[in-house]
Amino acid sequence: MDSRSAAPAYLVVDGLVKTFGADRAVDGVSLAVPRGRFLTLLGPSGCGKTTTLMSIAGLHRLDAGLIRVGDTVYTSVADGIFLPPEKRDIGMVFQSYAIWPHMTVAENVAYPLEIRKVDRAEIGDRVAEVLRLVGLAPMAEKLATQLSGGQQQRAALARAIVFRPRLLLFDEPLSNLDLKLREQMRVELKRIQREVGITSVYVTHDQAEALVMSDEIIVMSKGRVQQVGGPHDVYARPANRYVSDFIGVANLLDGHVVAVTAPGRGEIEVGPAETRVRLPCRLGAGVAAGATAVLSVRPENVAVVREPPAGPHLPGEVLQTVFLGNSLDCRVRWGAFEWKVLARPRERLHPGERVYLQPDPEHSLAVLP
Amino acid sequence: MTSRRDPVVELRGISKRFGPEVAVDAVSLAVQPGEFVTLLGPSGCGKTTTLRCIAGLERPDAGEIRIGGELVASAPRGLHLNPEARNIGMVFQSYAVWPHMTVFDNVAYGLRVRRLGRARVAERTRRALDLVGLGPLAGRYATRLSGGQRQRVALARALAYEPRVILFDEPLSNLDAKLREQMRIELVRLQKETGITSIYVTHDQTEALVMSDRVVVMDRGVIQQVGDPRTIYAQPANAFVASFLGVANLLPGRLLGRTGGLCDLEVAVGDGRPPLRLRTAGGDGVLPDQRVVLTVRPEDLALSRHRPGAGALNVIEGEVVDTVYLGSFLDCRVRVGPHEMDVQIDHDEELAPGQTVFLSFEPEHALCLTR
Repeated sequence: MDSRSAAPAYLVVDGLVKTFGADRAVDGVSLAVPRGRFLTLLGPSGCGKTTTLMSIAGLHRLDAGLIRVGDTVYTSVADGIFLPPEKRDIGMVFQSYAIWPHMTVAENVAYPLEIRKVDRAEIGDRVAEVLRLVGLAPMAEKLATQLSGGQQQRAALARAIVFRPRLLLFDEPLSNLDLKLREQMRVELKRIQREVGITSVYVTHDQAEALVMSDEIIVMSKGRVQQVGGPHDVYARPANRYVSDFIGVANLLDGHVVAVTAPGRGEIEVGPAETRVRLPCRLGAGVAAGATAVLSVRPENVAVVREPPAGPHLPGEVLQTVFLGNSLDCRVRWGAFEWKVLARPRERLHPGERVYLQPDPEHSLAVLP
Repeated sequence: MTSRRDPVVELRGISKRFGPEVAVDAVSLAVQPGEFVTLLGPSGCGKTTTLRCIAGLERPDAGEIRIGGELVASAPRGLHLNPEARNIGMVFQSYAVWPHMTVFDNVAYGLRVRRLGRARVAERTRRALDLVGLGPLAGRYATRLSGGQRQRVALARALAYEPRVILFDEPLSNLDAKLREQMRIELVRLQKETGITSIYVTHDQTEALVMSDRVVVMDRGVIQQVGDPRTIYAQPANAFVASFLGVANLLPGRLLGRTGGLCDLEVAVGDGRPPLRLRTAGGDGVLPDQRVVLTVRPEDLALSRHRPGAGALNVIEGEVVDTVYLGSFLDCRVRVGPHEMDVQIDHDEELAPGQTVFLSFEPEHALCLTR
């Protein structure tokens, strides 16, 4: 998953700044995507992810920065270059499907080729090919209005890839679909992208979607990049408190690093005076001895036992358990802190019970505040 | 008052047809005082029609319904009490909380419509608001409430009638994922605090597992299983229940015989390979040679790159199809002959498509079900 460093960049965004009045919507964002890869811009609303995407599409003029694809400069504020959107050779898929209701599915998909004056026989072949790819071949002659939401989104995707653009941009394309369909479409969309091999930038606020689909994720907040990495990097090695909190669920405890025991490993002291405990952990980038840090531990990386275990542990009391089928979601009180723990569903833990928590040192990470 | 043995709501042989289609087919159910019972199933399974029959919004074609011991619907006797005569509360998908009214007026409205005296309206409204913890916010406008507080208003309004039971029709399905998770827990806490008997309809299996004392799983108008969440998840009665609740791997096979209370099954995997011999729990009432389905959950399968030693039980050889990274775990699909199996594994594993792997499971964690 970490082979990204080797491949040369195809889409390059450098020092992008975009202001709306006094508001810096995008504040110095840089990114690089190798050819054929799938990059996701992830963050809450207002983080600047959509503004970044729209800037790549040429729908915003920038205050500063450079955008290029291959050797073509799309935007360069320094050189006064701005390529209009229709010359950027980009396919887009939006939340609203933007499918024309008066046309058949095949006509919808053929449209971008007709504007580009592709010859008629070739249009037929290429439309048939992409409809097969997105699983809509049997629906070719249906009117777009006769399709379900999921099918309309497939048609929109077919239309975006049929002219083989240099880039595919996605703006929260699955957020109108219901949960089950959304889960199916994530995997499906990723498969299609991989097959056509078009470099893609995908915008979403849904962290599960980002983890499932992306080769690389850029986590954004307030117009800035918080972390760049593969799905496993941002989940297992978040750069800071913000990323740890935004992606998945984490127990976050303020503390300070009291010892460095080996490269990348140390001990952190957490909790108020009465319950203070020293826990072995891994040290994230930029976290050194004596530093104030946040200990981040995922709920699935905490063991709950009934007898005091050997090694550092925390005594607690079970507050609540919720049976989720494949796991048991437990809340355990330790002093004033409430731990979230995912236990095995066969465990029978009851509210009020005294237990001991033992975070797995391999999966306990001290990160920047 | 009803005693512990008298159900608050009792359905006996309820059926409801729409034209030629049988929406509800001979459903019987008894809901005890203070119980939270969920009707769970896919759309068209009959759960909402059943709820509407209890509410009096549909007239059953067969069967009888009692609420608090009183007969409210009887097809044989041609009896049908109107909804407002049944002493029930209802909470719907849209909370229907009026934005231009205060919290107090939202709750009092229904009582005023029923022409209760001013003093009784005030007293009942206060009591309902105190029950859901909204007493201090009585004078606030509904527009200034959070999603969770609106939910409480809707519940207080249903409670103000002092109903014998509250019927919930997918009240959380319009909320986003994070809020929905909070609301589930909140709603159950309120239900336990007020002790109000509740019947809840949903198609969301996690919601049913998290919230219910008992779950009624329905399919095609028929009850498939009734049980507490752990039981229906761990001991599904049939393949439908197994696959509707969570993810289940289903392998069709044949019962060979039994060893010490466990079932020995044969599962064909094609490709000229010998059939798998697998041992499972379950299989009540199944006869040797009968066609069965083996079911095992993704989290109960262990995955190894190396062939386990000779004599190891329940080993299935397969080939990795793909893996999906989900953060807390990796969802891996493994091809076993004509079947594809789902396995949930630790996220530290690195697996490549096409790689040969070996799955195994404890006999107690798999079930033999009738086909």
